[in-house]
Amino acid sequence: MSESTAPARNMVINGTVIDDTFAEGFGMRGTRVIITAQNHRWAFNAANAMTGFATSVIACGVEAGIERELAPSETPDGRPGYSVLLFAAGSAVLIKQLETRMGQCVLTSPTSAAFSGIDGGDRINLGKNLRFFGDGFQQSKKIGNKRYWRIPVMDGEFLVEETAGMVRAVGGGNFLVLATSQPEALAACEAAIDAMKKLPNVVMPFPGGVVRSGSKVGSKYKALMASTNDAFCPTIRGITRSDISPGIESVMEIVIDGLTEADVREATRVGVQACCDIGAKGGIRRISAGNYGGKLGQFQFHLHDIMGGTQ
Amino acid sequence: MSALTFTARGMPAADIDCGGLTCDSLAGKSAAEVAKLPILVGGRQTPCGDVFDVSGSDTMQIVFRGNGATCNRIGAGMTIGSIRVEGDAGDHLGLQMKGGKITVTGNAGDFAACEMKRGRIVVQGNVGDSAGAPLPGNKKGMSGGMLVVHGNAGERLADQLRRGQILVAGNAGAYAASRMIAGTLVVLGTVGAHCGHAMRRGSLIVRQRPPLPATFADCGTHTLAFLPLLMASWKEAGAPFATLPVNPRAQRWMGDTGNGGKAEVLVWA
Repeated sequence: MSESTAPARNMVINGTVIDDTFAEGFGMRGTRVIITAQNHRWAFNAANAMTGFATSVIACGVEAGIERELAPSETPDGRPGYSVLLFAAGSAVLIKQLETRMGQCVLTSPTSAAFSGIDGGDRINLGKNLRFFGDGFQQSKKIGNKRYWRIPVMDGEFLVEETAGMVRAVGGGNFLVLATSQPEALAACEAAIDAMKKLPNVVMPFPGGVVRSGSKVGSKYKALMASTNDAFCPTIRGITRSDISPGIESVMEIVIDGLTEADVREATRVGVQACCDIGAKGGIRRISAGNYGGKLGQFQFHLHDIMGGTQ
Repeated sequence: MSALTFTARGMPAADIDCGGLTCDSLAGKSAAEVAKLPILVGGRQTPCGDVFDVSGSDTMQIVFRGNGATCNRIGAGMTIGSIRVEGDAGDHLGLQMKGGKITVTGNAGDFAACEMKRGRIVVQGNVGDSAGAPLPGNKKGMSGGMLVVHGNAGERLADQLRRGQILVAGNAGAYAASRMIAGTLVVLGTVGAHCGHAMRRGSLIVRQRPPLPATFADCGTHTLAFLPLLMASWKEAGAPFATLPVNPRAQRWMGDTGNGGKAEVLVWA
């Protein structure tokens, strides 16, 4: 995802070296949408579609993911559901992406309904403009202080809350897993993601939560604003200014977006700890993080601070 | 502090305009000061103390006791606080109310919740005609809040209702939901003739099929996801509304096709 500073001093947990470095996070705008359906299968289909092609704001507009499964007792309409989180670099992009994704992925999904998952914050359109799909047959229903739209569709009625809450959020939290082999790197990342998915308010937007193609800013090609993070590419380590220590064959990264700095920090701690639980015996040699020298992002997640006390 | 209480001095000779006796207008006044306030009795300005025995000090809680059937405009325009009417209330209960809560243990007269905007009115007995309607000549009735009637409602219930909910546990008279613009009217008992006449939008929710005009069209029985949400908002209305079994299935009639046909009558068991 980004450049990294070389480690200065080391912390070691279960044989895994924790670099004295930090992840650099950015201020983002985020929202949460609760999607329900007749059963979890169809709620997942809608949520999965809505959070598809949403790995990085660089080309996708938003970074999004499924936060967690919701029991019927946890949803506004008492049906099974999922909560999804969407993050964008600015409010205009988030508003646009939310509208198009709602229209193409949730409105279209059988038996779905959608509700705001954040009561406060700035109100942005959730179903306010989708209602025009109803071609005049849509109906509004204001219940309490919330307005809902009922849009007639072929399977019945699509119920959607008019607005969702948009809040200031944090994106770009990350850590790198450096392992002696590719399967071991992936196994550690899977363990980390399994642990991190239990946390609220965060999503790991890349496929399965893991990214193998971390990038640096800039490229030798003028048209590209980002290119492969050669400092962590093991197959070219002999000819680049590599950050990879001997014996490391594969590096994978987990990127974290969260509603608050504390959420990203906690997700980082849980994820790194899960990797360290596997430790050096499982091939996890080092944990590092990506940053831009602290010049671009407003948040810094120092690994030693976060993992302090667990050594 | 005890509630500011207005106890009627015998049977009033004429209608009393209680519109000025709200939590908003009496804030900071003592019972003695309130007793000196002029109110309209039979169209003549009369000291409040001449028709009411005024006691108590908490102006955020007002109680009317005694024969209140001639007490009109109780809670008119109020924005905060609570008013409890122990007995009957007159006409225009909660007229243009903007917040707070009114409870009536008896019946209320005509035009209850007339042009109400926010807040809640609970009538344990019956309401007269034109509950939730606009003042004569105006074009929009109640536009927010909730009116809960545990007894029956008279004619023209929810006439030109614009927004908000009216819940009636008993029966409704003729022309219920007539000219309704939007909002929700729920009647658990029977509904009189000509219901939904010239209804434009909004929902009339009933438990048995009413005598609908021919200008309403059957749209079949469906699962409507908004019904459980709507019913959840009835929790604060108490029984019998809060204890109804949650059922998203309803037969949907749409009309009045003589006036756009976008309103719905939901027959829901």
